[in-house]
Amino acid sequence: MSCTVSAAPAPAAPAGDPGFGLYVHWPFCRAKCPYCDFNSHVRAEVDQDRWRRALLAELDHVAALAPAAGPLRSIFFGGGTPSLMPPATTAAVIDRAVARFGAEAGIEITLEANPTSVEAARFRAYRDAGVDRVSLGVQALNDADLTALGREHSAAEALAAVALAARTFPRFSFDLIYARPGQDAAAWEAELGRALDHAGDHLSLYQLTLEPGTRFHALAERGRLRLPPDDTQAELYRLSHDLLAAAGLAAYEVSNHARPGAESRHNLVYWRGGAFAGIGPGAHGRLDLASGRVGTSTERWPERWLDRVERDGHGLAPFEPLDAVTRLAELVMMGLRLAEGVPLARIEQLAGRPWRETLDARGLARAERRGHLTVEDGRLKATPQGRLLLDAVLVDLLP
Amino acid sequence: MTELARLRNFSIVAHIDHGKSTLADRIIERCGALEAREMRGQVLDSMDLERERGITIKAQTVRLKYTARDGGDYIFNLVDTPGHVDFSYEVSRSMRACEGSLLLVDATQGVEAQTLANAYQAIDADHEIVVVLNKIDLPAAEPEKIKEQIEDILGLDAADALLISAKTGDGVDAVMEQIVHRLPPPSGEVAAPLKALVVDSWYDPYLGVVTLVRVKQGRLEKGMRARFMGTGAVHPIDRVGVFSPKPVVIDELGPGEVGFITAGIKDIADAQVGDTVTDDKKPADAPLPGFRPSQPVVFCGMFPADGGDYPALRDALGKLRLNDASFAYEPENSQALGFGFRCGFLGLLHLEIIQARLDREFDLDLVLTAPSVVYRLYRRDGSMMELHNPADFPDPTQVDYLEEPWIKATIIVPDDFLGPVLQLCTEKRGIQEQLTYVGQRAMVVYRLPLNEVVYDFYDRLKSISRGYASFDYDMVGFDRSDLVKMDIMINGDRVDSLALMVHRSMAEARGRALCERLQELIPRQQYQVAIQAAIGGKVIARETVKAMRKDVLAKCYGGDVTRKRKLLEKQKAGKKRMRQFGKIEIPQEAFLAALKMETS
Ligand SMILES: Nc1nc2c(ncn2[C@@H]2O[C@H](COP(=O)(O)OP(=O)(O)O)[C@@H](O)[C@H]2O)c(=O)[nH]1
Ligand SMILES: C[S@@+](CC[C@H](N)C(=O)[O-])C[C@H]1O[C@@H](n2cnc3c(N)ncnc32)[C@H](O)[C@@H]1O
Ligand code: SF4
Ligand SMILES: [Mg+2]
Repeated sequence: MSCTVSAAPAPAAPAGDPGFGLYVHWPFCRAKCPYCDFNSHVRAEVDQDRWRRALLAELDHVAALAPAAGPLRSIFFGGGTPSLMPPATTAAVIDRAVARFGAEAGIEITLEANPTSVEAARFRAYRDAGVDRVSLGVQALNDADLTALGREHSAAEALAAVALAARTFPRFSFDLIYARPGQDAAAWEAELGRALDHAGDHLSLYQLTLEPGTRFHALAERGRLRLPPDDTQAELYRLSHDLLAAAGLAAYEVSNHARPGAESRHNLVYWRGGAFAGIGPGAHGRLDLASGRVGTSTERWPERWLDRVERDGHGLAPFEPLDAVTRLAELVMMGLRLAEGVPLARIEQLAGRPWRETLDARGLARAERRGHLTVEDGRLKATPQGRLLLDAVLVDLLP
Repeated sequence: MTELARLRNFSIVAHIDHGKSTLADRIIERCGALEAREMRGQVLDSMDLERERGITIKAQTVRLKYTARDGGDYIFNLVDTPGHVDFSYEVSRSMRACEGSLLLVDATQGVEAQTLANAYQAIDADHEIVVVLNKIDLPAAEPEKIKEQIEDILGLDAADALLISAKTGDGVDAVMEQIVHRLPPPSGEVAAPLKALVVDSWYDPYLGVVTLVRVKQGRLEKGMRARFMGTGAVHPIDRVGVFSPKPVVIDELGPGEVGFITAGIKDIADAQVGDTVTDDKKPADAPLPGFRPSQPVVFCGMFPADGGDYPALRDALGKLRLNDASFAYEPENSQALGFGFRCGFLGLLHLEIIQARLDREFDLDLVLTAPSVVYRLYRRDGSMMELHNPADFPDPTQVDYLEEPWIKATIIVPDDFLGPVLQLCTEKRGIQEQLTYVGQRAMVVYRLPLNEVVYDFYDRLKSISRGYASFDYDMVGFDRSDLVKMDIMINGDRVDSLALMVHRSMAEARGRALCERLQELIPRQQYQVAIQAAIGGKVIARETVKAMRKDVLAKCYGGDVTRKRKLLEKQKAGKKRMRQFGKIEIPQEAFLAALKMETS
C-alpha cells in the first residue's frame, strides 16, 4: 500500500477540504521481503498488455460509480513494487485518471520505487510519464542489515538511487525501517545522521512490525529472531523525533517527517478523512456515493483480480457502508496520527452533535488529564506523548 | 419382595481408570438388562460430564437379574461408587448398602492410593472381598507381581484373584459366578420397623428429588409417610422403584433390597446421603449409625465475568444445589469482581466439576478466586467463627488464635521419585507418619495442612513424579496454627479477591511468588503499577510494572483504513474483559492466572 510521501509547494488545501486521491496498486516484486505482509507477489512473467488494460478498465468503472468525485489532488502508485511497472502503463493510467476525475492545479503524482540500479535506470521514463515524486524503500543504510531484511540492493546502490531521484524528480522521499534486531540507540542515531545527509524534504521512518504470516513472524515465534526490548523501541522512536525535528523535518504524522509544506499530500487525504479511489488488486478506497460514504476493496490475488476485471469490468468486493459512528471513528483514529490533529468542526459536522458528546467521556477526560490530548485552535490533538501511546488512547476514546 | 438368599448387593472398588465402569458394563451386558442397542460405553455414568472425564461422580445403582450356572435366578444390586478422594464419604455410604465388594486392580498398574483407601473402606464395612485383576489382555500385565502387592499392602488373600479383561469380556463369567458363590446374601427382618439407608439423592426435573435407598429392615411402600431421621423431614412416598438401569416402578422394597423413592421432596437437603428413612407411623427407635451431613472444606469465590450475568449465575447455582447437597453457596460482594457467590465444596475435584458444569450446562463465563479452606477463628471474647473467605478476616486485635484443617494423605510412588515427594511434603509443612516399601514402590503417609494441599500440591505431585504418584486423603480435624492474612495491593489499593491466609513461615515466599507472577501477567499500562504483598500494614514483597513506553502502530497501512479500525476494535473488545483495580486494568486472563498461581 501507499506509504510514501513527498515534499513540495505547500498544499493549498482549502480549510476543511481533505481533497480526493487515487491509489493504484501494483502487486509484483522481484523477491518477497521476509517482514512484508503487503499484497506483493513474485511472478516470473507478467502479461503487461492485459494488466494495463485491466487497470484502465477498473479505473473507468470506479469513475463511473462516483461521477461527482474529483478533481484529483493526488495519484499514488504503491505496491508491491511499482517501479517494475512499464512506464507506458504509468503514463496511460495517469492520463486516463486525469481525464475521468480532473486534476487540481499542482496535482501530486507519486511512485514507490525500490532503490536498485535496474529501477533507477527507468526514473527518467517515469518522470516523462508525469510522475513528479518518488518514494524509495531504502530501509537501512548498512549492507548487513539490508541482507537480513532480504533486500535486493546494497546501501551504496540505494544512496545512488536517492541521488538520481533527487536530480530527476522535483520531490522525493525515502523509507527506513528501525528497531531492527540488534539495533541500539547509538547505531540508529548514526544511521539517521547519514540519512539526513542524503534526505530531501521528506523522510518516512517505520518501526519494524512483526506481521502474522511473514517469515520474520515465524522466526520470532520460534525464538530465532528478537526485536529490541520495548524500552529500546520507544527510545529509538523518540530519538528519531528529536533528531529530525532539530534538522527541520518535524514529525507531521506518527512515522512521517517533512519540512513544513513538504508533507505527502496523498497520505494527508487519508489522514484527514478524505475520499479516495483505489484500483488494482487488494486496493482500498473510500468513496462518497449517493447512499453515503462506502469503503471499497478489490480482490487481492493478482490473477483472480485480472480474470474478474476482464469478465466484470472490475475486481471490487461488495461495498462496506460506513455509518456516521464508523466514519467518526476513522476520522479520529486517522486524524490524531497527524500533528495538526482533527478539526472539531469536522467531528461535529459528521456527528451532528457537540464533539465532546461523540467521544467516550471518561476516556477523553483521562487522556486530557494525563496530557495525552489537548484542544487547541479548534482542533483535537494528540500531544507528542499522546501520539506515542496513541493506540491505547484511541481504545479509551472511541465510543 | 425378593427372597434374601437370592440377593447379592455389591460394589466395585478401584483406583481411577482401573476399569470399574467398563466392568460394570460387562456385568450389565451379561445380565441382559439392556437391549444391545441401548448399550453404550459405561452406562452407569449418566452425566455427560462423567462420560467425558471418565469418572463416576454420583453413586448410582443398577438392579440386575442373573441366572447362575446352577440354574438359580439371582438379583444383583450393583452400586457404583465414586472413585475419588473428594467423595470418600459417599463411597463409605454406598459401601454400607452392600455386603461385598469386587476389588478391581489394573494388572499393569498395581495398587494405587485410591485402591488402598477404597479397599480399607470395604474392609471397614465388613465386606466380603473378591479380588479381580483387570486388563490382562495388555502385554504389560503382571498379575503375579500385583497379587503379591495386594497381599503385602492390603493383607488380603490374592491367591484366588480372578484374572479378567473387562474390555474383551474375558473372565467376566467367572466374576458373575463368584458374586453368587463368594458374596453373602443380605439379612434383615421384614416385620421390624423400617430402616432404610439413603445412599444417594438427586434432583430430577420431572420427579423432583429422587432418593436411592438400601432397606436394612422392614418394608418400604408407596403411600407410606417417610421420615428422614437425621433431618426430621417427613414426606409421603409417591413412587417406589428400581433401576434396571432404566427406572422401573414396583410396589415395595423389602430387606436387603436397593431401590429409589420419590416423595415430592423439593429440597435435596431433606434427603441427605447417610440419613435413615423410617415409617413415620411406626418409626424405628434409632437411626443407622454414622450419619453426618457433608461439610464443605474448600471454598472459593465465583463471579460472573460479565456483571450482567449475576442473575443467571444465581439461578444456575440454585439448580446445581438441587442435585448436590454437599455444595454450598452464599452471596459475596467483591470490590474488584462485583457481585458473586462464596461457594463451598468437598474438595478440589468437586470444585472443578461444579465449575465445568456451570460452563457447560449454563454457558457461564466465570471468574474464580483462589481456593481456600475453612479456618476456625477464635476471638478474644471466646467466640468462634468459621472463616470461609480471607476477606472476612476481622480486626487482628480481636483475634485470639486460629485453627486450620489437617488431612491424612496416602501417597504411593515409585522408588525413583520418593525423594522429591518427601521434599514436597516437608515443604508443605507435612508430618511423616509412615513410610513403607512394596517392591519398587513406596507408600508414605503424611499429615498435611489442607491449605497447603489446595495450593498447587496436586499439580506439583503430578509433575515431580511424572504422573506416577497416586494420592488419596482423609480429613483428620482442626489444629491450632500460626496463620496470617496476606493482602495484595495494586498501586496502594487492596485487592480483596487476591487476599489469602497463609502460614507465617510461608508468607514471605508466597508473597514474593505472587507479586512476581502478577508482575509478569499485568501488561504495561499508561502508568507505572506497583504490586505489593503485605501482612497487617507491613509490606513483605513488592514488584513494579513499568509504564508502557510506546503503543502506536508505526507501520503504515496506507488506504487500508478498515484494517486499522478493525485492529482497534479488537483491542477495544479485549479491554471490555479487563478487571478494574483502582485505576489499573488487568486483563481477566492475567487475573485468573494469578489466582491459580500455577508454578509452571
Ligand atoms: N486394555 C484394556 N483396557 C481396559 C480394560 N478395562 C478398562 N480399560 C480401559 O481403561 C480406561 C478406564 O476404564 P474405566 O472403566 O472408565 O475406568 P474407571 O475409571 O475405573 O471407571 C478406559 O479407556 C477403558 O477402555 C481392559 O480390560 N483392558
Ligand atoms: C508498500 S511498502 C514497500 C514499497 C517498496 N516495495 C519497497 O519495499 O521499497 C512501503 C514501506 O512499508 C515499510 N514496511 C513494509 N513492511 C514493514 C514492516 N513489517 N514493518 C515496518 N515497516 C514496513 C517499508 O519501509 C516499505 O518501504
Ligand atoms: S519489495 Fe516492498 S512490497 Fe515487495 S516484498 Fe519487499 S517490502 Fe514488500
Ligand atoms: Mg468410571
